[in-house]
Amino acid sequence: MAVKLAVNWIECKGHGLCAQLFPERISLDEWGYPIIDPTPIPHQLEAHARRAADACPTLALLLQRET
Amino acid sequence: MGYVLAATNTKTLWYLTRGTGLVALVLLTGSVLLGVVEVGGWARPAWPRFVTAGLHRNLSLLATAFVVVHIATAVLDSYAPIGWLDAVVPFHSPYRPLWLGLGAVAFDLLLAVLITSLVRRRLGYSAWKAVHWASYACWPIALVHGLGTGTDTSTSWVLALSLGCLAAVVAAVWWRLWQSRLGAAGVAPGLARSAPGASTSGVSVRAAALVVSVLVPVLVVAWLLAGPLKPGWSVRAGTPKSDITTPTSSAGG
Repeated sequence: MAVKLAVNWIECKGHGLCAQLFPERISLDEWGYPIIDPTPIPHQLEAHARRAADACPTLALLLQRET
Repeated sequence: MGYVLAATNTKTLWYLTRGTGLVALVLLTGSVLLGVVEVGGWARPAWPRFVTAGLHRNLSLLATAFVVVHIATAVLDSYAPIGWLDAVVPFHSPYRPLWLGLGAVAFDLLLAVLITSLVRRRLGYSAWKAVHWASYACWPIALVHGLGTGTDTSTSWVLALSLGCLAAVVAAVWWRLWQSRLGAAGVAPGLARSAPGASTSGVSVRAAALVVSVLVPVLVVAWLLAGPLKPGWSVRAGTPKSDITTPTSSAGG
């Protein structure tokens, strides 16, 4: 039961908060849009991933549960 | 002895109501300022965007807590006849119905904004945002409620504080309008991205916002000079006669 990050590219406006809050897996391209590192997120980083997803101003960062 | 204690408690509650009301105004002002700064996309290396967003959220929650104490003490206090229902149902209180009612309206709007923000993910972005616009109505209504019911409105530092809050919010709105104009003109593509209203329909929205942001402070100041700052306001505001008969001995005024 790991979690996975996904971006809704229609909603994403490149605010960049996610990369500030979860730099372990999210970086920004030169236009400020997120690049998601697909490396599995360990359990101890889940809270950070969740915080980044909650902070997204347009709710474009999605935290999905993988079974 | 019991009577003295009761009188002290009443005074304590009444002062708490007034104090928490003022603190809530300052906190709500800070929250509105941060909200405007956030949506305007302002950030510095030492002040990244998530700081603005987090502070906006926490300040709003703190302001709500102060508003709740403000309401609870106003209701529990026996000096003014205010009931629990008066906190959410406007214009029915025997005590300064219009000005207290505005407080109830502001509280209802605050609750709407708060609750939709807490369930934002369930609600979806556009519905949440539509309700969040109510903040721009909530804040001036709360300000006028404070100035209209406020026992301390004519106190110079309270007046200065209220007008300072008004000036700060108006300045923030003007900054935002100026900035979204730049974005719309394509001068700063980085800003245009964070300005969803930057389109042809955005022009009329910005024009309306500019008119409102000029009208509101002018009307508030004109009303202050004609109303709360003139002698006899507490009678004209609708204070029950029983509360005015002994102004010198009462805790409020």
